[in-house]
Amino acid sequence: MKLELTTAKKWIALFVEKLENNMAVLNELDTAIGDGDHGTNMKRGAEAITAAFAKKEPETLADLYKTTAFAMIQKVGGASGPLYGTAFLDMSKAEKSDELELGDLLQIGTDGLKRRGQSDVGMKTMIDVWQPVSEAAKNNQLNQKVIDDALAKGKDLVATKGRASYLEEKSKGHIDPGSQSSAYLFESLIEAIGA
Amino acid sequence: MKYGIVIVSHSYDIAQGVKKLISQAAPDLSITTAGGTEDEEIGSSLEKIQQAVDDNHGEEILAFYDLGSSKMNLEMLMEMTDKKIHKYDVALVEGAYTAATLAQVDSPLDVIEKNLQPLKIK
Repeated sequence: MKLELTTAKKWIALFVEKLENNMAVLNELDTAIGDGDHGTNMKRGAEAITAAFAKKEPETLADLYKTTAFAMIQKVGGASGPLYGTAFLDMSKAEKSDELELGDLLQIGTDGLKRRGQSDVGMKTMIDVWQPVSEAAKNNQLNQKVIDDALAKGKDLVATKGRASYLEEKSKGHIDPGSQSSAYLFESLIEAIGA
Repeated sequence: MKYGIVIVSHSYDIAQGVKKLISQAAPDLSITTAGGTEDEEIGSSLEKIQQAVDDNHGEEILAFYDLGSSKMNLEMLMEMTDKKIHKYDVALVEGAYTAATLAQVDSPLDVIEKNLQPLKIK
């Protein structure tokens, strides 16, 4: 399937809503294995997305993803800014030249994360959510269970990338905050498609 | 001059401090900084890095950074700009100092990079 502009707008709007409602949850996850500000940072990004759309309503998918990317890049501050920013910017560039199938679109975002973070699956990062979600979307099988399974699997991993990697074995048993915010992103996507 | 130096840090004060330090060794070099977020909080800002690169008078940039998202934002800018930027994964203070000292006396890039090699930490 391909995302229509209205569905994609709904997707981002729901993501913004979840980030604003779950700031404390994300901060708490980040306090356990990071520096405690992922929720605050992402909320700032969410507000920036809302402000950017109010200024200029995106007219194409490429516009929508680009505006989202720059809001995150400019306002988030922490590592998730350039990471989400790169994922959405790469998706924006790809949409410009071609209308993409959802799974291929998400894979391009995932590849952007891998490049920017010099990371891959199994390192207890947001890639551990993005990659299985991309795979599932390619097979038209994206559902809540895919996200739940990805989070559960990531929880048991020992972090080998990012700040949590300093905790080594102690990072096991905690949910990576970037994985949780990515879960919100894809839960929003499922809701937008279903609506 | 051929090379200018850009310092990217999570902290405004660290960026300013490194600039002050290396300026003593390289008074004629263009040294610009991107420290902290736009509100001078701890963090890194792509816009500030962009500004530091735009303001730099070097034909090419030697860039030094401290932590993860400084690096990610710097790499993001490198994908966006036409300016030639060389990024070094070395100890920030020692690396910037070494490069500044050598660039001040117009050392060629291969000499600068040879001297940075033992300072590689990331």
